[in-house]
Amino acid sequence: MSADTTTAKLTAKDFSSDQDVKWCPGCGDYAILAQVQRIFPEFDVKKEDVVFVSGIGCSSRFTYYMDTYGMHSIHGRAAAVVSGIRATNPNLDVWMISGDGDSLSIGGNHFIHLLRRNFNVKYLMFNNQIYGLTKGQYSPASEKGKNTKSTPFGSLDEPFNPAELALGAKGTFVARTLDRDAKHQQAILKRAHEHKGTAFVEIYQNCPVFNDGAFFTYTEKETKMEECLFVEHGKPLVFGANSDKGIKLDGLKPVIVDLAGGASVNDLWIHDETDRMKATLLAGLFDNPAMNPHNPRPFGVFYKENRATYEDDLINQINAVKAKKGSTPLDRILSGDKTWTIA
Amino acid sequence: MDTIEKKAGRQIEVKHAENVVIRFSGDSGDGMQLTGTQFTDTSAFFGQDLSTFPEFPAEIRAPAGTVAGVSGFQVNFGSKEIYTPGDEYDVLVAMNSAGLKSDLHKVKKGGIILVNTAGFDKKNLNLAKYPEGADPLNDGTLSDYTVYKIDVTKLVKEALKDTGLGMKEIERSKNMFVLGFLFWMFDKSMDYTIGFITEKFGKKKEIMDANIKALKSGYNYGDTTEIFTTRWKIDSAKMAPGVYRQITGNHATSIGLICAAEKAGLELFLGSYPITPASDILHELSKYRANGVKTFQAEDEIAAICSAIGASYAGALGVTTSSGPGIALKGEAMGLAVITEIPLVVINVQRGGPSTGLPTKTEQADLMQAIYGRHGEAPMPVIAASSPADCFRAAYEACRIAIEHMTPVMLLTDGYIANGSEPWKFPSAADLKPIKSVFITETNNPGGKFLPYRRDEQLVRPRVKPGTPGLEHRIGGLEKQDETGNVSYDSANHEKMVHLRQAKIDKIADSIPLATVESGKEKAKICVLGWGSTEGAIKTSVLDLIAEGHDVAHVHLRYLNPMPKNLGELLKGFDKVIIPEMNLGQLAMIIRGKYLVPAESYTKVQGLPFAVDELKTRILQTLNSK
Repeated sequence: MSADTTTAKLTAKDFSSDQDVKWCPGCGDYAILAQVQRIFPEFDVKKEDVVFVSGIGCSSRFTYYMDTYGMHSIHGRAAAVVSGIRATNPNLDVWMISGDGDSLSIGGNHFIHLLRRNFNVKYLMFNNQIYGLTKGQYSPASEKGKNTKSTPFGSLDEPFNPAELALGAKGTFVARTLDRDAKHQQAILKRAHEHKGTAFVEIYQNCPVFNDGAFFTYTEKETKMEECLFVEHGKPLVFGANSDKGIKLDGLKPVIVDLAGGASVNDLWIHDETDRMKATLLAGLFDNPAMNPHNPRPFGVFYKENRATYEDDLINQINAVKAKKGSTPLDRILSGDKTWTIA
Repeated sequence: MDTIEKKAGRQIEVKHAENVVIRFSGDSGDGMQLTGTQFTDTSAFFGQDLSTFPEFPAEIRAPAGTVAGVSGFQVNFGSKEIYTPGDEYDVLVAMNSAGLKSDLHKVKKGGIILVNTAGFDKKNLNLAKYPEGADPLNDGTLSDYTVYKIDVTKLVKEALKDTGLGMKEIERSKNMFVLGFLFWMFDKSMDYTIGFITEKFGKKKEIMDANIKALKSGYNYGDTTEIFTTRWKIDSAKMAPGVYRQITGNHATSIGLICAAEKAGLELFLGSYPITPASDILHELSKYRANGVKTFQAEDEIAAICSAIGASYAGALGVTTSSGPGIALKGEAMGLAVITEIPLVVINVQRGGPSTGLPTKTEQADLMQAIYGRHGEAPMPVIAASSPADCFRAAYEACRIAIEHMTPVMLLTDGYIANGSEPWKFPSAADLKPIKSVFITETNNPGGKFLPYRRDEQLVRPRVKPGTPGLEHRIGGLEKQDETGNVSYDSANHEKMVHLRQAKIDKIADSIPLATVESGKEKAKICVLGWGSTEGAIKTSVLDLIAEGHDVAHVHLRYLNPMPKNLGELLKGFDKVIIPEMNLGQLAMIIRGKYLVPAESYTKVQGLPFAVDELKTRILQTLNSK
């Protein structure tokens, strides 16, 4: 490969490394890898500037399959690694790949701190609501009562709602998409890439071995349109196979209304992705679909805010201090302010 | 020789001494550290050699007046070469009963004790837990000492009564009065401290004036009050000609990092989480924004090292600083840096352990952790600093090895030298050893794929900055296939890589200095082998013993992994080897295992450095044993 590949028109294949992909057959990770490789040629970014960093878990093997720069780091800590990378070289296009265990359990601390600092990183969290690589224990995203190898009588912990947690941690871009909806996923990933700051994308991802069908309610056509609420900025919250249902706000309480039965689309909640309060309400729609009645599960960009990134603030601070004080020559640093001479 | 000076009909004895040890003891809020530092800096300006030992409680403001709340500052200064802060005190300044109670046992018989009598009322005596009715100033407790009883509080109030300051501010100037008095007693100029006060309080004129007035009042009190009949005269030390500054270990470490990064042409990135006694490195480096130094106060110890790994990966010099508990948390990430073979400097300012242990006290018990404390075969070079100023050399070397050999490096200092200070004949930037930092931009395998783990003759792999066209590749924590760096679970490859990573570290021995005998001669009857901060105490002991006619030698290790190539040979030349350490014999175990030398271990684990006298006694005991 020569240097001028950077200006040539690239294809998805150019982003595929020579390593065999070793996820289980039918794993949702394949679909995500395919979408990421597909959209990359559309970005105005040089291939050599792209860095993928991952933690540990099935999802985190992703790094080895992208023909870009990459580091497969340690469990839960990719968020800290990308922070150091971005602080050092803000020209790099940094992507972070993680799973629900990696992000919410062992890496929970780094997850919230990355979001509040707002380093410019695309953060893809593959959520399969299970520990795959350790062969099937429940995760912090698993539903309460889940029977797994480590919880034969059912898990006792309340799960995290990752989008809600991300908003609570002052995330500036929070979105959710699905492994089995290529079009939606591509659109969300592109929006994430446009965002300057930590763009957190939760991707519902099927684990065919240890948690098969966890999200079929949302991904399979029999139920998808009734159970998914696809939100778009400026548009009313409408769902249902025939777009016949909507959500309106009764104060702070979301209420499902029947558009076919006389409710007006004009009364519906209009999605405003710049409104943190409403985004929090939206992310809070997290009902168990087995409940009756229940709200649909939202997908799309819940929230987007333009806030200075940590690395921009860092560089601005360096420049401001430099302009005010000037850099100190090494000899001056070595001598300090006060010296004495022995003749 | 002592002389008599006559002044206004008063006879003042002038004592000449080679060195004097002063200990300042008072409440955390009494400003003892500041007083000690000012006295130290002034002595340094007089050209005296010195060594300091600040000692503070782990609590920020332990209850005032209690022994737990005593903050101490010890300085040993003199006209001879000084390598330790001293075993016992010639002068103790006790600002309150607790200060006296905690430090009296270390005052030399016949030494001077200066007390602030206001700190010896019933309340203070109770707080210091003196028995009911005890009166240490008058009950004979101090009969072996010369005691100067001064009601500092009252005198300062009197001196500053017209300044318009409140009682609280006035009382805060007590330490300046004491400092002024000591300047008189040791015949030192007040100029340096007046300059300091002017700079520090320039914007608050009444505070500045009050402090200067308190300082001068203390000096004048000594000069005019007839009860004080002794002054001390200490000549300048015969130190090597040159320009000096005063420096603490943590400060020297910080400067070493800045210099190494700049010499290597790399940006310096520090990922750190505050921890005693390492935080001062973070504080110091954070001042250098204008030099492009990036400090990042991470959310925890693990994020601190991982951000530094990210920074190094992106092309900077990544550094992380901590102390034992934090180093334990960084273990897994160090393994990542070992297997990905990227430069990283990990600094452990050791403190007493295990667990939270003794946060403000010193210890050398992390040696095994530094050399072996990671899972798997994960070799890392380990360097130790031996004195406050030596922290500069050690930090610089740690960076050089990390960059030139593509490896994480552990630097060990400890609380004693990190907070202690000494004069430093600092180098000029031009004289610093060059550091070769190379990023490749062309493939190392023309016609084939770039090989990120193809090694040079030093077994070092190439460094590539992300952003370099055509060299895209992946690294990570899974075992690497030789040369390609691809993930490999092949058993023969794993063994090969384990050996390669070890051989790479072993080869660093080619670029480090050989071990030498610092005092005494090769093949002496006994060699005292030390590492790290025990250097000053060992050196003083060995020089004393040689002067007393004993056949003793001192070898000091600065590189703990790999060790100097000649060390085994050198040690085998001595009849006996004794290894003093502030742990339970960690280096001794390694030396015995590595070189089959029957070294004796001498240990002290009290959170305190070795005293010269105890070392001498023990060396003699081993020397004279059959």
